[in-house]
Amino acid sequence: MSAERKPPGVAVDASKLEALRGREYWRSLEELARTEDFQEHLHREFRVPVPMDGGLDRREMLTLMGASMALAGLTGCVRQPEERVFPYVRPPEESVVGEPLYYASAHLHGGYARGILVESYEGRPTKIEGNDLHPSSKGGTDVFAQGFLLNMYDPDRSQTLTERGEIRAWSSFIAAVKLALERDRSAGGRGAGLRFLTGTVTSPTLLQQLQDILAAHPDAKWTSWEPVGRENAMEGARLAFGEPVEARYRFDAADVVLSLESDFLGTGPDMPRLVRDFAARRRGKGSNRLYVVESTPSPTGAKADHRRPMAPREIEAFARAVATQLGALPSGVSGVGASAAGAAPGNAPDPFAAAVVEDLKAHRGASLVIAGESQPAHVHALAHAMNEALGNAGKTVDYTEPSAGAPLTSQSATLPELVADMAAGKVGFLVIVGGNPVFDAPADLEFGKAMDKVDLRVHLGLYEDETSRLCHWHVAQAHELESWSDARSMHGAVTILQPLIAPLYDGRTAHEVLAAFTEQPDKTAHDIVKDYWKSRLATTGGGADLDTAWRTALHDGIVKDSEFKAKDVRVDSSALEAKIQNPKSKTEAEPAGLTLLFRPDPTVWDGRYANNGWLQELPKPLTKLTWDNAAMVAPSTAQRLGLQTEDVVELTLDGRKVLAPVWVLPGQSESCVTVHFGNGRARGGRVASGAGFDAYALRTTGALWSGAGLQLSKTLRRRTLATTQHHHSMEGRGLIRSVTADQYAADPRIVAKLGEEPPGPTDTLYPKLPTGSYAWGLSIDLSTCVGCNACVIACQAENNIPVVGKDQVTRGRHMQWIRIDRYYTGGLEAPDTLFQPVTCMHCEDAPCETVCPVAATSHSAEGLNQMVYNRCVGTRYCSNNCPYKVRRFNFYLYSDYTTEVLKMVRNPEVTVRSRGVMEKCSYCVQRINHARYAAEKENRPIRDGEIVTACQQACPAQAIVFGNVSDPDSAVSKVKSEMRTYGLLTELGTRPRTTYLAHLSNPNPKLGGAARPAGEGEHGHKDDV
Amino acid sequence: MTAPNRTRRGHGLHGLMAEFETPQELVDAAHHAREAGYTRLDAYTPYPIEALTEALHIQDRRLPAVVLGGGILGGLCGYALCYWTSVIAYPLNIGGKPYHSAPAFIVPTFECTILFAAFAAVLGMLGLNGLPMPYHPVFNAERFALASRDRFFLCIEARDPKFDREKVWAFLTGLKAHAVMDVDE
Amino acid sequence: MSDGSDKGKPESSIPQPKPGDTGILAPGYTFTTLTDKLASIALSRRTPFVWFVGAAVGFMLSMVLLGALSYLVIRGIGIWGVNQPVGWGFEIVNFVWWIGIGHAGTLISAILLLLRQPWRNSINRFAEAMTIFAVACAGIYPAFHTGRPWLDYWLIPYPNAMNMWPNFRSPLIWDVFAVSTYATVSLLFWYVGMIPDLATLRDRAKKMWAKVVYGMLALGWRGSARHWQRYETASLLLAGLATPLVVSVHTVVSFDFAAGIVPGWHATIFPPYFVAGAVYAGFAMVLTLAIPLRKVYGLQDFITMRHLDNMAKIMLATGLIVGYGYCVEAFMAFYSGNTYERFMMWNRMEGPYKHMYWALLFCNIIAPQLLWFRKVRRSIPMLFVMAMIVNVGMWLERYVIVVVSLHRDFLPSSWGMYHGTFFDKATYIGTIGLFLALMFLFIRLLPMVSIFEMRAILPEAKVEEEEGA
Repeated sequence: MSAERKPPGVAVDASKLEALRGREYWRSLEELARTEDFQEHLHREFRVPVPMDGGLDRREMLTLMGASMALAGLTGCVRQPEERVFPYVRPPEESVVGEPLYYASAHLHGGYARGILVESYEGRPTKIEGNDLHPSSKGGTDVFAQGFLLNMYDPDRSQTLTERGEIRAWSSFIAAVKLALERDRSAGGRGAGLRFLTGTVTSPTLLQQLQDILAAHPDAKWTSWEPVGRENAMEGARLAFGEPVEARYRFDAADVVLSLESDFLGTGPDMPRLVRDFAARRRGKGSNRLYVVESTPSPTGAKADHRRPMAPREIEAFARAVATQLGALPSGVSGVGASAAGAAPGNAPDPFAAAVVEDLKAHRGASLVIAGESQPAHVHALAHAMNEALGNAGKTVDYTEPSAGAPLTSQSATLPELVADMAAGKVGFLVIVGGNPVFDAPADLEFGKAMDKVDLRVHLGLYEDETSRLCHWHVAQAHELESWSDARSMHGAVTILQPLIAPLYDGRTAHEVLAAFTEQPDKTAHDIVKDYWKSRLATTGGGADLDTAWRTALHDGIVKDSEFKAKDVRVDSSALEAKIQNPKSKTEAEPAGLTLLFRPDPTVWDGRYANNGWLQELPKPLTKLTWDNAAMVAPSTAQRLGLQTEDVVELTLDGRKVLAPVWVLPGQSESCVTVHFGNGRARGGRVASGAGFDAYALRTTGALWSGAGLQLSKTLRRRTLATTQHHHSMEGRGLIRSVTADQYAADPRIVAKLGEEPPGPTDTLYPKLPTGSYAWGLSIDLSTCVGCNACVIACQAENNIPVVGKDQVTRGRHMQWIRIDRYYTGGLEAPDTLFQPVTCMHCEDAPCETVCPVAATSHSAEGLNQMVYNRCVGTRYCSNNCPYKVRRFNFYLYSDYTTEVLKMVRNPEVTVRSRGVMEKCSYCVQRINHARYAAEKENRPIRDGEIVTACQQACPAQAIVFGNVSDPDSAVSKVKSEMRTYGLLTELGTRPRTTYLAHLSNPNPKLGGAARPAGEGEHGHKDDV
Repeated sequence: MTAPNRTRRGHGLHGLMAEFETPQELVDAAHHAREAGYTRLDAYTPYPIEALTEALHIQDRRLPAVVLGGGILGGLCGYALCYWTSVIAYPLNIGGKPYHSAPAFIVPTFECTILFAAFAAVLGMLGLNGLPMPYHPVFNAERFALASRDRFFLCIEARDPKFDREKVWAFLTGLKAHAVMDVDE
Repeated sequence: MSDGSDKGKPESSIPQPKPGDTGILAPGYTFTTLTDKLASIALSRRTPFVWFVGAAVGFMLSMVLLGALSYLVIRGIGIWGVNQPVGWGFEIVNFVWWIGIGHAGTLISAILLLLRQPWRNSINRFAEAMTIFAVACAGIYPAFHTGRPWLDYWLIPYPNAMNMWPNFRSPLIWDVFAVSTYATVSLLFWYVGMIPDLATLRDRAKKMWAKVVYGMLALGWRGSARHWQRYETASLLLAGLATPLVVSVHTVVSFDFAAGIVPGWHATIFPPYFVAGAVYAGFAMVLTLAIPLRKVYGLQDFITMRHLDNMAKIMLATGLIVGYGYCVEAFMAFYSGNTYERFMMWNRMEGPYKHMYWALLFCNIIAPQLLWFRKVRRSIPMLFVMAMIVNVGMWLERYVIVVVSLHRDFLPSSWGMYHGTFFDKATYIGTIGLFLALMFLFIRLLPMVSIFEMRAILPEAKVEEEEGA
């Protein structure tokens, strides 16, 4: 690893880490056999990066191919899951070998549950899908829900309970806790030194446990810390309503939406539902209209009909101005607002703001104002006030009590308090239940340093990470898919998590750890959870007996009627106005210079997915960057500072320094630099190591989301960034066709006119070849696609697509079968951003087929462009001749043939491709055949909608429709019959089976929302590296 | 002058061989030999001399026919292969092209034609010439090695009905041959 | 090298060619001297030092090739620079380049034979050898550039249990047929052409093993008039077959591209302009080889200025055809009004690889115009430089066609760049080494100038028919 690959300061930890790793590996049976040479071997294997031909250095190889050494270690530790899962002694009913079963469970995003269905083959979870019964999923998922399956199979997960690196039995842990509590009892017994640190807790059971413990030890304190917390939202609600509430937005009822830097279409616990609702409205009668003001581009901004890049404080001023003009703030401070908006010269109100206000007013009760987590509390409050003033409350938004537990209890402390106590030596016993505070706590707290003062430190976590290194006890955590638990969605809907597989490693749940502090220390998670619900289910379960209720809850993945009812709360606008009249920080002039914005990484979130190959290699929605995070700079700023993409700069924010590569990002606000935190792990595992830089090092309690006064100095170094798209302009080709709703209404044929005339079906001399009874086809709606990448990961999981690593991505050898092309049109500073998922088009006259010398790719009677892996010799001619460049080639042996545990994640229905063969989208042929078998058994045709491709299933926007195009009544035929339908590059005579619905925008005529037919605008050659 | 007595080594006689220094002499000699009524004769030269073919009345028109046959056979095989595999044995929908994609089949057909014809030409030539033939009596003639360098030989074979060693010897010597020699079987 | 040619002189003194001699053979040679001199190269004469140097280099580079290919088979195609979207790189470029070089050999031996051009007699033998070795080098690339080289035999139509057959619609299958036929026929032609000379070597050889080996190869050739007659027929027929074949081979190679839909590939001009390009490159290579050879082996008497001059003229002519090809390509791109075609041409001239495009125009069009001048054609150093420039230029042309067309095709989202890696270059250098090694072996062991055809053009070979004697 070159020094450049890691930010400074990490190196030190890394060396320590290696020492520890050594010990960790030391634990396997393999090694006990031969000591010396093994250590030495281990050294050669992992530490020294032996440079290999393609730059694919040894370490990386092992990273991706799952180090066989580590696995030799691992098999030593695994409590052979196979023996416990299959073969069945008594096979569970309705389980047929080879037939997948689906179990309902939940994926926790920052503590909030979203329902999922987990596909399981013989007790092996292989794929995650959305649960349509669950209010936060409605059947859709996001990349994290899709990706976290791989975390469970991660060979780098910590595998057993350790004390100072030595293996311990669970009983000895319980004993240690007991001892500590004894000591405390002798010292008064109020648990003065006892502290619990958790992430956001929504699990009723866990909350109950915590409350019991805190009751038993009145002086004990519980702190919760989430790097991507919702404090601002909660505080804003408190400002507006006097009590913390969660707003439940209903975009399916909103015609005009104003987003104050809220990325509701991009990330967040409720993202799948919000996207689905928004898409429903956009697809439905008339297109809804979205205004976005934000300082850094987001998928939501990309979908906006009007997007305005603004500096953070401009956003606040804008919110103020709009609120005033909407009358959300009674007394006329509009002047202040408008001028503060700064966007308009003099005191003339900003025309943009004016238009927004007018539009919102025109849609009372059918509009929405939403503020993002990154916005200060009073912007949230303003948003609530505006919704109230617009009469949206109860129509497009209602309010529920928050399901996050922390605020419920009196004994909760904030993180700074906790750290202060720790530093003051007041903390004797710190229990960190999940999370990784040493890595992700604000830098100014110096959490790690404070920990030294704590006598006894326990950490429960999936990995031996930065935190566990500083703890005496490390309890290997059981993955959510391995454990019994429960959790609430953002609005209270309870899901009972059931294990899909016996813990692969010696993992424990939070429930079990907390149980150690009670009278029944070794109660299992299952009993704890079930006991908690025993009493409650009978009531909530609608009178049914416990067992039925329990089974129903497990089956549905949601406890009936557990979602919170809407609360009746009102905004006291005058009081509010008083509270936020002159917000402390913002009124005095901003310090000149740049502002640094902190955002969670779009693919590794707050760092918890950093060791996940699927997510690391997932191109980030806007930058298409993989394996790295970067300091994103506006083009104009970059020009001013003489920066280019890949230049390494030193970011300095009040004294703290970090080296980061630059990424020039069109649409970024001039005065802001954005960094994503979560990467740059010191002890993240093999995949995470070397990926990106640690932005947490600059994040302080004072600047959780944005910090002013950033100094940025260019270094001479450069860092190669692996991106999957180098060219950002459509070069005037009608690839993504984008028209306004009005234009389309006026002349539906406009879409066809935007491209070249395709040859008609009769323009051929060839005879028609025999066709089957079905003709499969796919349609993708570009106006609802939010470019969230869920389909990409879903496809990767479904089709056993390998991870290739940064080096191979830089060589343009990424393997994802579906990619989301992102093009810019218009100016560099505020471009329109367009997304286009591209996958195999299954051309009826496929150019790839003709040129294959061995007929390894041919056409099925049902119109599938089939790739016959075992016939392929790998001439790559088909890829050259594919105008869509959707074919992927195994330049090396990318699939992992060695790592045992990774073999379990594979879909047994899909071939694992070996080196030297071409591969590509198959329309999920395995799912087609599955449906076919079912239909043939029942001697009936395949029903419409019976086949759901992986991408279609995952898509939260339902932008993808698959089906039989020869049946005029099928959903896909109906969609394709729309005049918006067009094919990509049809002028080549390929006759693709995958077609697109043109992108419809709905700009405000008052803002000169002239149609910009896609393809205009020449820029964005980040090419020729 | 008369021929020297042969010191025979139990072998029969293949014929008499006259050596000439220039192609011109050889061609003239060949003419005279034909006129003298000798039919079983052959000439050996370091390079092809067209005049000799008339002089010795050599005409063999078979080779072109063989090559033509080879070519036709090749063409048929080539097309048949394409047609049978892609229409009969295993018809596949390849890029919506008809099973019988005649234009595409032309190239293999053409190449097969050339290949078969070429083999016919080479093997035909060798076959008709009776090559390879490691042993041949003429190699017994001393100085015959020069036939591949700078000398020209005319051989009147013993099989010739008019063959009589003495007469032939005299006849050849009469043709101002540089030398005359026996060729043993 | 001078010492080399001095050693080259056999005892019998031979008049030096006069400067500016325009004949195709220096005067003063007899059957004897000519045969002795040419045969002695393969037989008795002491091998010049240069030969050892050259052969050593050749063999070492061949080892590089061996290493590169072994590693390729072990690790996978990924060690090369190919990627998405550029699925073909150096390997196909080199394939086309080598195949092209081969063409001159067949052209000289076949077409010039049909055209009764006696001046070809002194250069056709090693030109043919060049063809065969070039095709051998070319063949290596398609064989190894597949992802799973050990399965290449699937491209051959053979009966198998799965009843799977090649796809005869694919230009790659056409390649298999064209190139293998070309290799076979060239080999036959070459060998048949050598039989009489092998007989000469058999008869001239002193060493026993040489007698035996050459004897076997000569198949008992005895120069019988009957044999000569059939032999001549066969050569003519072979020449007649090889001529359409040589034209077809590069046509088929050009189909690899012309049959694709990639802008910059999909052009009807390709077949003729590939063939012309092939001959162009081929003659450049013949010159590149002939010029040092005649010096080292003192063959100035047989490969005279006249030969060099003729070859230079052919280069000039084919070069102009190729130039015309470029112009038509550019014009059609513009005239078609097709977005993708236009962009392709613009990208060649202005894109990231523009230096290659302009370099190729210089090498293949501008520079060769010097050949209009007799002075240049008559200056051996200049000719050599010209030949070299054209060799480079033709390689660049193929690079531009293969890589620059692929790296930016239809969807800008999947545009990328291509850079050859160490192993790409090693493989290329390696095949050059293999080519040299084979060439040097050939020079040492076989008659590199066709002796019997040279005899035929000696003045003393004239025979006039006397009427009715």
